[in-house]
Amino acid sequence: MILETRGLTKSFGGIQVARSIDFALKQGEMHCLIGPNGAGKSSFFRLILGEHLPDAGSILFDGEDITRLKSFARIRRGISVKFQVPGIFKALSVRHNLEIAFQHHLRGHDLDATISRVLDFVELADEAATPAGALSHGQQQWLEIGMAVGVEPKLLLLDEPTAGMSPDETHRTGEMLRALNARGITILAVEHDMAFVQQVAERVTVLHFGSLFAQGTVEEIVNHPGVAEIYLGTADAD
Amino acid sequence: MSAQDADLIDAAPVARSSLLRIWLGRLEGPQTFGRGPAFWAVAALVVVGAAVWPLFTDGYTVGNAAYFMVWTFMAMGLGVVWGYCGALSFGQTAFFGVAGYSYGVLTINIGDAYGFTLVALALSVVIAALVAAVIGYFMFFGRIKGVFVGIVTLSVTLVFETFMAQTAAPQWRIGDARLNGFNGMSGMPPLTVPWFGGDVVLYPDPPLFWVLLGLNVLVWLGLRMALNAPFGNVLVAIRENPERAEMLGYDVRVYQVIAFTLGGALAGLSGALYTAWGQYITPSSMGLTAAALPIVWVAVGGRSDITATLLGTLLVLAGFQTLTIYGSQYALVVMGALLLLVVLAAPQGVVLGAMRLLARLGGRGR
Repeated sequence: MILETRGLTKSFGGIQVARSIDFALKQGEMHCLIGPNGAGKSSFFRLILGEHLPDAGSILFDGEDITRLKSFARIRRGISVKFQVPGIFKALSVRHNLEIAFQHHLRGHDLDATISRVLDFVELADEAATPAGALSHGQQQWLEIGMAVGVEPKLLLLDEPTAGMSPDETHRTGEMLRALNARGITILAVEHDMAFVQQVAERVTVLHFGSLFAQGTVEEIVNHPGVAEIYLGTADAD
Repeated sequence: MSAQDADLIDAAPVARSSLLRIWLGRLEGPQTFGRGPAFWAVAALVVVGAAVWPLFTDGYTVGNAAYFMVWTFMAMGLGVVWGYCGALSFGQTAFFGVAGYSYGVLTINIGDAYGFTLVALALSVVIAALVAAVIGYFMFFGRIKGVFVGIVTLSVTLVFETFMAQTAAPQWRIGDARLNGFNGMSGMPPLTVPWFGGDVVLYPDPPLFWVLLGLNVLVWLGLRMALNAPFGNVLVAIRENPERAEMLGYDVRVYQVIAFTLGGALAGLSGALYTAWGQYITPSSMGLTAAALPIVWVAVGGRSDITATLLGTLLVLAGFQTLTIYGSQYALVVMGALLLLVVLAAPQGVVLGAMRLLARLGGRGR
């Protein structure tokens, strides 16, 4: 397993956002995390990234316990992330964004070659000198995907990667992610768009009130009687 | 010697020249304004012009220009901390004062023989940098950010000022150096350079001017290289989006402490040079007014570019002195108004705006 959580629990005040979540992600898998608003998806992401520390439970990445590591230390071990709101450096050029993202691992010609390859991959080769803030929303999302994958992470975390995209952009994003997954990058994505989930996911996990509600293939989840109910608000927390 | 050893020895000069080329290449880059032969030709002309200028003007004017150049290091340090790393600091004057008093204590106790004033200058900068590193460590590792960095650093400098102001009693001394409360410490020697046939005293006028000009050029070039290096990229990333920078694997706090320490060292350089120049230092150098002025210089020049910061500081200092001479009580009011005007009308800075306009007209620049 590339990622494993055991009994992951977290509360803010009286609200429990993660209730003893046991979750496992296989190497090379393309996995989507779904659930209604308030299900705890983003909190689960933040726990994996180290932005929040759990009250109980543990997180193992590539066999190592990373539960107490700082965020930057987790990233250095091979986790990469793309946020829901594009986390780019808007005042800097597209190329400069990529340079900052990759310079940790690469220098000189290797850095230049990787930037060129990623610019082509995310279809921004003509925008290399453009300030990132001047890109369209979809292009900003792609730039952030490029920043996240240029140095071939072991695990790519995506928080609603297609939020605010047109159907065409959403489809092209799905193709990008499939290409990355084919190169061996394990992907875990929080996503609302079920058409996108069906396009990319091998397996799906459903969270509800901070608990793991269901898990299976896309088909199994689509046909799961309880999943439709929680989206319509009729299923209980337990 | 094995063939492998021979290869390594042969490769060493190549590696060194390659490293030199990389660093020289960083004199230009996305973090600094100006590139290409035209820019460097203008820069060289300005430096050469400044270097020969003392030969054609009077000593008072040269001494005055040297005084302006004393302050630019503190401004460039603030440019790194605020303009590049995004942390608005009022603490530059604290490190200025620490280094100034350190220079005084060291030289009053040990004297100026054998070029010790230069050693004292270096030690004062190191002491200021260490103080900045300690304060920066607690501040940034304590996750203090945004406006609170300004509040903490302002508090630090005011605490230093208040403390030094109450040291008038004779028991407040370090060796032979009396701290002297509000009256300040005086009697320290100017900078001297040991030379055959007698020390060269860098006071006043041309010799000090040339040393300060050389130091300014060195610091300016050094900062250009550092800011265009990966280190500078990370500082800018922290300024733009610290959360994203951390999620790219950078320990943001470490970079913030390094930038703050560098800024503190440069403020310390100004402080020690100022003390050597005027042979006195008072607590008011760490007061509220003193703490606010570097913000005005850097904001007016353009905080996001080190060249604009340097030029802007010299311009504002010259303007401020003119105002002080011709309308003393209004000078600070005008400075405040200037800051407001710049923040509202030209937030990127007047000098940087002018430089960009010139570059657009000439089709060059950043």
